[in-house]
Amino acid sequence: MNSSNLLSIVTFVYGLAALLYIAHWLFKRPLPGKLATWTAIIGALGNTAGIILRWVESYRLGVGHAPLSNMYESLIFFSWTIIIVYLFIERRYKNRIIGAFATPFAFLAMAYASLSPNINDRIQPLIPALKSNWLIAHVITCFLGYAGFAVAFGINFMYLLKARDAEQKSRWLDHFPDTDVLDELTYQVIMFGFLFLSIGIITGAVWANSAWGSYWSWDPKETWSLITWFIYATLLHARLMRGWHGKRIAYLSILGFMAVLFTYFGVNLLPGLHSYATN
Amino acid sequence: MREKEISADSSNKLWNFFASVRLTVIILLSLATTSVIGTIIPQNESPAAYFRQYGEFFYRLFNALDIFDMYHSWWFQFLLLLLTLNIVVCSINRLSSTWKIVFTKNPPFNLSKFKNLPDKEEFTDNRSPEQLKKIYESFFSKSFGHRRIEDTEKGFRIFAEKGRWTRLGVYFVHLSIILMIIGGLLGSIFGFEGLVNIPENEVVSSIMLRKTGEIQKLDFGIRLESFNLSFYDSGAPKEYRSTLSIIENGEAVLKQDVIVNDPLRYKGINIFQSSYGTLPPPKITLTFKNRETGKEFEKNAGLGEEFDIPDGGGRFLLKDFKGSFNFMGHNMGMTFIGTLTPVSGDAVDVFLPVQFPNFDRMRKGALSVSVADFKHRYYTGLQVTKDPGVFIVYVGFLVMIIGCFITFFMSHQRICVEVTRSQDRSKVMVAGTANKNKMGMHMKTRKISQGLIGI
Repeated sequence: MNSSNLLSIVTFVYGLAALLYIAHWLFKRPLPGKLATWTAIIGALGNTAGIILRWVESYRLGVGHAPLSNMYESLIFFSWTIIIVYLFIERRYKNRIIGAFATPFAFLAMAYASLSPNINDRIQPLIPALKSNWLIAHVITCFLGYAGFAVAFGINFMYLLKARDAEQKSRWLDHFPDTDVLDELTYQVIMFGFLFLSIGIITGAVWANSAWGSYWSWDPKETWSLITWFIYATLLHARLMRGWHGKRIAYLSILGFMAVLFTYFGVNLLPGLHSYATN
Repeated sequence: MREKEISADSSNKLWNFFASVRLTVIILLSLATTSVIGTIIPQNESPAAYFRQYGEFFYRLFNALDIFDMYHSWWFQFLLLLLTLNIVVCSINRLSSTWKIVFTKNPPFNLSKFKNLPDKEEFTDNRSPEQLKKIYESFFSKSFGHRRIEDTEKGFRIFAEKGRWTRLGVYFVHLSIILMIIGGLLGSIFGFEGLVNIPENEVVSSIMLRKTGEIQKLDFGIRLESFNLSFYDSGAPKEYRSTLSIIENGEAVLKQDVIVNDPLRYKGINIFQSSYGTLPPPKITLTFKNRETGKEFEKNAGLGEEFDIPDGGGRFLLKDFKGSFNFMGHNMGMTFIGTLTPVSGDAVDVFLPVQFPNFDRMRKGALSVSVADFKHRYYTGLQVTKDPGVFIVYVGFLVMIIGCFITFFMSHQRICVEVTRSQDRSKVMVAGTANKNKMGMHMKTRKISQGLIGI
């Protein structure tokens, strides 16, 4: 079995895990929740194996490099980071309903990678610009950041659902954590994302300086990552120093996640130095 | 006197203006919003290109607003300046009170504050307060830097705290941004960024600046010893490698290969692999073939040379050379372009691809021209930069990562344990607060309380 086949299977495992988490939320039974956790763990193991296998395959093809060099590989890695970040939160905060709002992102990223006709899953040799040890550090930190923001977005969505239901009428929401817990959790995960986005931008800048001779050149991807950084920096200041809570923070968080998505996907429509990430 | 008061008042107002976090929010959102513009409108292209794209009105408007180089425009720089002032004033404003908390000899503990915490933990222990006192003391001495033990009427109290210094984390983050801005300024004032093309075996000692097009002299010469290009089996480029020598006083002092991602650094100047191209030798051999007689004539010529074609064929000008030439959608590779002026008739441009010597026959002229193959030379395109601010920016990067980590994931934690005798046993209360992450602190308090039950 090659890595692409294995990763296609993982797509379905993640889909199943997401369904089980949703079932756990809707039917309020612990069993689907436990199954969901195990499915997600199996998916994560498969995902890890797929990434390692792809790495090995690239060496067999004689073009050995870490599988972090194009859109397909980044999406696979993105799914992996989302699942890892989510499982960590589940373990720490002992709540599985969050899984219904976080794991679908891992499934979607994986499905997009495996099924979209625009995305090439062939192992390609590295172009000279990408041949650098900074590649691994840059991509890993950026995607940990993105994964943090994706999970924060999911939790934030739960917050908005719960906050709309102030009188606690809805049966669907009574097992949700309290709004202030969701609010605090969003904030914690955003801080995690922000730290890694910062490191991602910094490693990118150091890399750019060793590849092109300038650490910042306002290329669209750089600029959009900075825009994302500005939005989340605003959120952190508004919350910490001006005591913003609840909906206003939630809307900023949604805006921030939109910027993340644009930095990841939208920028490829614009001209610039990061064009190799397109296919 | 009154004037002084007024000026003190207005400077106070100015100070408070810059000390406001509302201003921070406004500046950050303005930076985020305006930054979008430069990612949609391509930056630093030629005026003609903009004119074509946007028409006269928008061209003039955008030009007046510096939109075409917006990240260096006065208004964007002004936003950055505002941000800097805002950060500095905010930090100074808050630092003094933080300083007092962090660098106090005797940190105050407010007992009632701990007692009023909603999520304090309580349990009973079979041992007496006297027994517990020693055990608890050593428990807290392991992980809490500062401890205070007070005896009470019916038992004792322990206050313990750690991480007081982490309150300074946010100032590190702010400092890091100031460092990056200073480093960036230093670079843009005292640094430069330019390009130079060097043919194989030639030396250059000056480069063309990217922004102004001016010539910048270097203190040394750069010689391209050789340029090597390799491809993957698929035809995609694998590596561009320039072997360079640094020349000082006519002698090579350093020889080093430069590839993408591995520049040469010498005396504060950085040399990066950027592009490459091919060059013809000084003289090439042209062959003229008469279609009717089949006679061939050879002639050696250099670029720009004009000469009489042997046997009265007219005149020929070797006009231009292209490293790659596109003819009706086909890439012809290296191609010479010449002008052929027959004795009678109009001058025609002829295209002479080196790989296809029969190409000019298709023109069906009286004379067909071809270029004999030759050994071409490469030139390398190097980006040459100097940036004395990089070190400071990198220090800023490091400080930012450390500062963010401290600010987000470490906190000033305070714990209060009160033990009171109740008959032969002890009632124990554990309460904890932190300046950040209350939820995490609640979990930690519970963990400590469970730890105390266990020992």
